[in-house]
Amino acid sequence: MGRRLILTGNDAAAEAMRQIDPDVVAAFPITPQTELMHKFAQHVADGDVKAEFVLVESEHSAMSATVGAAAAGARAMTATSANGLALMWEIVYIAASSRLPIVMPVVNRALSGPINIHCDHSDTMGCRDSGWLQIYSENAQEVYDNVLQAIRIAEHPDVLLPVMVTFDGFILSHTAEILEGLEDPVVRKWVGDYESKYTLLNTDEPVTYGPLDLQDYYFEHKRQQIEAMRNAPKVVRDVGKAYGEISGRSYDLLEAYELEGATRVIVALGSTAGTAKAVVDEMRAAGEAVGLLKIRCFRPFPEAEIAEKLSRAKAVAVLDRSVSFGAPGGPVHKEIKAALYGTGCDIGLVNYIYGLGGRDVSMDHIRQAFTDLTTIAREGTPSDGVRFLGLRD
Amino acid sequence: MKERAWTEIPIGGVIEDAGNAHSYETGSWRTYRPIWNEETCIHCLRCWVACPDSSILLEDGKLTGIDYEHCKGCGICAFECPVDPKAIEMKLETDVSER
Ligand code: SF4
Ligand code: SF4
Repeated sequence: MGRRLILTGNDAAAEAMRQIDPDVVAAFPITPQTELMHKFAQHVADGDVKAEFVLVESEHSAMSATVGAAAAGARAMTATSANGLALMWEIVYIAASSRLPIVMPVVNRALSGPINIHCDHSDTMGCRDSGWLQIYSENAQEVYDNVLQAIRIAEHPDVLLPVMVTFDGFILSHTAEILEGLEDPVVRKWVGDYESKYTLLNTDEPVTYGPLDLQDYYFEHKRQQIEAMRNAPKVVRDVGKAYGEISGRSYDLLEAYELEGATRVIVALGSTAGTAKAVVDEMRAAGEAVGLLKIRCFRPFPEAEIAEKLSRAKAVAVLDRSVSFGAPGGPVHKEIKAALYGTGCDIGLVNYIYGLGGRDVSMDHIRQAFTDLTTIAREGTPSDGVRFLGLRD
Repeated sequence: MKERAWTEIPIGGVIEDAGNAHSYETGSWRTYRPIWNEETCIHCLRCWVACPDSSILLEDGKLTGIDYEHCKGCGICAFECPVDPKAIEMKLETDVSER
């Protein structure tokens, strides 16, 4: 059924976008934009897509143009990375609060400064409260699959929220892998046509987008966004299941890897989950009860499912590839801690900040974390609950 | 206007009825109130053209008054009025409003 492809993460996202062929794609054409848009621009130049491709003067404008197109009723996409996402910030919130189902691949890279262009999650973790769904990808196959699923998730009438599909800068974005792509007609049928409920171009039923919304209604509109986020987990699951029917690859909010009987568990997202899987395989073969919980959907945060999956563990290490300065731990760690609160489980919990600015995380680092967990399983949560993996002391 | 619950309003702050700003009272924001003098007005309609809030009221091409429910008191009408003395004068709201 599928086509075997050799693609980088950037190519995989661009290939998915070619097949989706959105009505409008707006992009800032130079750094911090990645090769992803370069590839998509090639598809436009070659006439492979009908999309209206708008080159703008900044990332702030890229998101603004995408918002405008989506409000006009178009299926609109863009892509960004690192400081580009930071520059979009203001409009990122407006996209979500205007309930525009934009899909945006984001190549996860460090926020400067000092200037750095390599992988970490500080860009997307920084906008975890912006009202976008966030789906993290482990490899190029997932990048491709997640972009295709994101269209259906974002445009679902119970959701109508924008979605970021994230993948690790360089580690995934610039590394070629073998993956399986779907045939064009299959993707066309999968994404279908987008019918927006409100469009600025319909003069028979004129609407206003983005009006003043003060003390009397702003709060109610935020409550609606909360509701849409609450509806999203079911939609993410349903779409993940339906996608399995056309591709043979089903997806859920989380991936439990060797959690059966695991007393020591690592929680990770992105490409590090792949590294952790290799270590788990090795240690399992040596008879050790270790496992991995991969978070695929970070927004909405599947708190009940995570608490359930971790309930039988004795010690858990949460890996964070970003810092929440001044906070008690990284963003993933804090939310896991909150998810476990009140569940009555007795788990030793430790947080590892790792991989900032592209610092390599090796199998040895993961082994180190599992070794630490042996002590933590015995003695409980350590007093130094936030540690650093791969940092020179 | 009865305020509605979050389940009863369109999502995303979208406004479905065109021109419904009319039912939203903004006149209370005013600091200065334009006072129109029918005696000196020559009905040139400069104020009507210039008013950013469509608050100059007309009937058959003649000025009939000012819509105080929406006029925000910017004073553009008084500034533009060409007659001397002006047919629109701005007065502090606290001096003219009846309580
Ligand atoms: S004060 Fe301003 S808003 Fe009021 S009527 Fe004059 S021009 Fe219009
Ligand atoms: S600008 Fe002055 S004179 Fe002209 S219509 Fe308005 S109030 Fe009357």
